[in-house]
Amino acid sequence: MNPKLITWKYASPPYFYPLAGKMIPWFALLAVLLGIAGLWVSFFVAPTDAQQGEGYRIIFVHVGASWMSMFLYLVMAFWAGIGLSFNTKLSSMMASAVAPTGAMFAFLSLWTGALWGKPMWGTWWVWDARLTSELILLFLYLGFIALQAAIDEPRRADKAGAIIALVGVVNVPIIYFSVKWWNTLHQGASVSLTQAPSMAKTMLLGMLLMALSFWMYSIAMVLTRVRAIMLERERHSDWVANLKEVRS
Amino acid sequence: MNWHSPAEFFAMGGYAFYVWGSFGVTALALLIEPLLLKKRRSEVLKSLKRELSAKERSQ
Amino acid sequence: MNRTGSIRTLGAFGVLAAVVRRDLLLALRRKSEVFTTLFFFVIVVSLFPLGIGPELGLLRKIAPGVLWVAALLATMLSLNRMFAADYADGTLEQMVLSPTPLGLMVAGKILAHWLVSGLPLVLIAPILGLQFDLAPRALVVLVISLLLGTPLLSMIGAIGAALTLGVRGGGVLVSLLTLPLYIPALIFGAGAVEADISGLGAGGHLSLLAALFALAVFFAPWATTAALKIALE
Repeated sequence: MNPKLITWKYASPPYFYPLAGKMIPWFALLAVLLGIAGLWVSFFVAPTDAQQGEGYRIIFVHVGASWMSMFLYLVMAFWAGIGLSFNTKLSSMMASAVAPTGAMFAFLSLWTGALWGKPMWGTWWVWDARLTSELILLFLYLGFIALQAAIDEPRRADKAGAIIALVGVVNVPIIYFSVKWWNTLHQGASVSLTQAPSMAKTMLLGMLLMALSFWMYSIAMVLTRVRAIMLERERHSDWVANLKEVRS
Repeated sequence: MNWHSPAEFFAMGGYAFYVWGSFGVTALALLIEPLLLKKRRSEVLKSLKRELSAKERSQ
Repeated sequence: MNRTGSIRTLGAFGVLAAVVRRDLLLALRRKSEVFTTLFFFVIVVSLFPLGIGPELGLLRKIAPGVLWVAALLATMLSLNRMFAADYADGTLEQMVLSPTPLGLMVAGKILAHWLVSGLPLVLIAPILGLQFDLAPRALVVLVISLLLGTPLLSMIGAIGAALTLGVRGGGVLVSLLTLPLYIPALIFGAGAVEADISGLGAGGHLSLLAALFALAVFFAPWATTAALKIALE
């Protein structure tokens, strides 16, 4: 074996599989604890907003979900790019494992955005730059997932997915600025979801705790999914056959 | 504390539908995903075990 | 395909011209496909007044968006043709294996695709614009925006077409992949015409569209080449 490869030991499925298994409960625990703290701050510590009353509390899930959806897209593209340039299987599996969780957060961001828009703007959907970009981000996730699902051969699916993820990453800022430009020209909604005029410190804290909880949750989910993908893809290899959960 | 009674808490100042709709669906999604993953994992393991026992029997 | 040997001595522009000429000749043999794209564009655009009503003020307002969205959809319909035939008969594999840079040949194929399915849309767009009572100056801006925009659509679309080569459900998939990427082109293209109509001047939109065009010239052939190599592995 090439000595250089030994440093990449943990980048190979047989080693990463048990490591991920050990990490998952900790991230799940952190997600639950941070989530409880976040919910407590969001409902019992953060004060009522002067303008939006109690309705503003949607912000605590909305902002976290939006952040995660964008961040996870970058993470997905990062792993996809690494997988493409270094030809590492595990990185590509990570990219495929991130996508569904990211798409779910994009959906949640849209859902909570709509539920916020109704009482605040009087309509379920506003063609606000953020909401529109979030919708396009969901389309990009769906494109990635659909492309990978349509290709039977795993390595080709990995590489094709990587290209579309990287093209998407180049496009995300372009799309965001073009939508923003379009939005200001059409004098759309001037109120932005996160522009609460006087944001109390506790509100920020609540948002942060919820976002951190979502982050830990995402890590736990991605690791769980990547473990399942490893088993599916490497079903004929020895290390899978020797796992105790397969042996028992 | 913002709330004087549980009823007031659940009413969310008249925004109950929107606030609970957001938090409820989010909670639901975050519960369903791990369950789906658990199912996926157990399905893989089941088919792996089946393959293994078939192989051992044939040997 | 057995010409690849002689192409080697042609130089960059020679290769480009040879690929474009070959694709145009092939397109001439399948005229019906070319016209299908054009008729689709004409019919979709003409359907809007029927669906919305003949009020000229409203039609003028929606014209840029309608024409641009129809151009987007028409381009998308023709994307599958870009590489499919060459992929099926093995020509594409020869192109990948040949010593000529693949990027150059891909650029030629994109150019040919635009000449066949983009340029006709640009030429017929002013006539369709008249249906929507657009002013002469707005028509000129429309043509310029499409002239800059349709090659952009061909370039971005080439990436999607290469990625979905030989994939099941490729036709629908290519739309799911490329339509979100078309959004900036749509915004600036339709926006240019709209800005001209409202008296704001189309300069800003058009220069942004030109910037996107430049970016795509740089990136799209490269990404398409990578995608083709993956498809042929």
